[in-house]
Amino acid sequence: MEIMKRIYLDHAATTPPDLRVKHAMDPFWSDNFGNAGGLYEEGRLAKDVMQKSRETIAKLIGAKPDEIIFTSGGTESDNLAIFGISVSAQQNFSRLTLSAGAPTRIQNSAAPRPHIITTKFEHHAVLTPCEQLAREGFDVTFLDVGEDGIVNPEDVRKVLRPETVLVSIMYANNEIGTIQPIAEISKIIKEFRMSGGKTFGKQYPYFHTDACQAAGYLDLNVNNLGVDLMTVNASKIYGPKGVGFLYKKTGVKIKPQIIGGGQETRMRSGTENIPLIVGMAKAFEIAQAEREFETDRLTPLRNYFIEQVMKKIPKVVLNGHAVKRLPNNINVSILDIEGEALVLYMDAKGISFSTGSACTSESLDPSHVILALGKPYEFAHSSMRFTMGRSTTKEELDKVLEVLPATVEWLRKVSPVSIDMNAKSMSHPEAFAGENLRVKAKAKSYK
Amino acid sequence: MDVINQYTGEKWYYTDIVKDHFFHPRNLLMEKPKNENEFDARGMVGSPACGDMLEMWMKVDKATERIKELKWKTFGCASAIAATSIYSVMMTENDGLTLNEALKVRPQDVMKRLGGLPNRKIHCSVLADKAFQKTANDYFRKTGQNSRMVIEGARVIDPRLNITDKDIEEAVLEGAQTLEDVQKKLKVGVGASQELVTEIEQLIRFYTEKYYG
Repeated sequence: MEIMKRIYLDHAATTPPDLRVKHAMDPFWSDNFGNAGGLYEEGRLAKDVMQKSRETIAKLIGAKPDEIIFTSGGTESDNLAIFGISVSAQQNFSRLTLSAGAPTRIQNSAAPRPHIITTKFEHHAVLTPCEQLAREGFDVTFLDVGEDGIVNPEDVRKVLRPETVLVSIMYANNEIGTIQPIAEISKIIKEFRMSGGKTFGKQYPYFHTDACQAAGYLDLNVNNLGVDLMTVNASKIYGPKGVGFLYKKTGVKIKPQIIGGGQETRMRSGTENIPLIVGMAKAFEIAQAEREFETDRLTPLRNYFIEQVMKKIPKVVLNGHAVKRLPNNINVSILDIEGEALVLYMDAKGISFSTGSACTSESLDPSHVILALGKPYEFAHSSMRFTMGRSTTKEELDKVLEVLPATVEWLRKVSPVSIDMNAKSMSHPEAFAGENLRVKAKAKSYK
Repeated sequence: MDVINQYTGEKWYYTDIVKDHFFHPRNLLMEKPKNENEFDARGMVGSPACGDMLEMWMKVDKATERIKELKWKTFGCASAIAATSIYSVMMTENDGLTLNEALKVRPQDVMKRLGGLPNRKIHCSVLADKAFQKTANDYFRKTGQNSRMVIEGARVIDPRLNITDKDIEEAVLEGAQTLEDVQKKLKVGVGASQELVTEIEQLIRFYTEKYYG
């Protein structure tokens, strides 16, 4: 049997670690193993490389080294930003005005409720903490996004309030790759901050962005972006898994979520993971050095793939803006078939990509991102994400374009569904249910 | 075949039988019938919106009431396609089951033939069962045997939201295992009396035992 090289098109899920990264990490497993907290040579060496890594990263984003907090990845950085800001705002307010001991979360019903603004299509690492805060009594606004998958900065302006303590909007969406106008939103937030009269203090609201998907392709200079906090992780930029960082501007008050030995200037306790930190710094350095080259290389490939897939397969819809998206992201709904079935058929043919279908999610909910675009449920179940990377070639894409149409045609024969492509109205599961079968709307309500 | 959830890292394992029926579905209807009378009965459940949809067509030997053909089309994941395929085989193998025999086949029997399905995919085997009930009912209606039609009873549990025991069954099939899970899906029993909450909890236990026990 001929062994075919697999074609990996799920770089938004994770990227293969670069060999240069692996080599940079090699000395820090068994040879140099010290705890960065040690006073002796092993400890000093560990601390030294950790600080060098911190400086490398800080320089690349235009920040100061002590503004970088190392974490276990994107999810932890997002959690630290969201819980850290919200709880800190609430507790400081309670301490100042109620002079009671510091409550963990909201306890006094008369106290004003801190307000958080985010969007309906954030990554779950942001959405889920925001949903939890909403259950605990914080006010949360989940902003709609445009049909093109881009947040309108004016929509942010409209929902800012004196109680707003945090705005969290992703830099580039993880499913559809659309790039958000972070600098414009930041300008609006700064104007609002200057206007005075803020319930929880004049420093609010803070602005956080999750830049995990953007890190390999976009400018991450925090001064250009105008953000107070920024999440980045290593596993999306050819670095190791299990490490990330949170940029936190000097003076921004957060409450640490992991406490203990007081590492990372008390913002994140736990022995620093030196090999992963070194690997992340190296990966980030390479990613930022190569990002323009990769953007120029992948943009035409992305456009080519989108054009060809729509030409070769009938009933395909592009999800998200055609141009204002990451150069490596292709997300299309291939109507009348269900994502998991297509992914598994293609997997058997050596091609890897992902789907927004409910069948692959833990909750059996289809992609909240595709639904946030105002697309019907059917489009979400049929959404397929192909994300390219450094190893992707035109030959690989041509191979996919050769295999995909026949597989789609077969699954359309298996499927009884034929959706009207021009169906504009939002369909809910109830609308299509058979006579006696009652089916609940499975999407969460964000009201 | 391992399918790994991108968020939870949980593995779904599909057996070789599931794989075989997914990649080589049996009794698949390639073209929808042009003529209404080509088949003796038809049934459909689900919708593309909820992610699963199944349409079935049946031919029955009038004299013996044995199922001669059971053809289908399914929109859904690997387990939905495999479950429908094996269900159609179970109905038609060895000269076919009689309608009475066929109606006694339970989702668990389908599961067993498939060598099991991952927990959150159990509803896929129920889908084929429901589609067949509707197909059988269509046959009984068309042959003037309305008294033989099986109407699934549903009892209203939470009258404020018109939530029935069937709804709770569905929620459990979709993976809800605790009162909180079910409430997340149905909002049932929120702020309700203790008796109502107890009854809901009993139903959750009953269906959890039935499908996962």
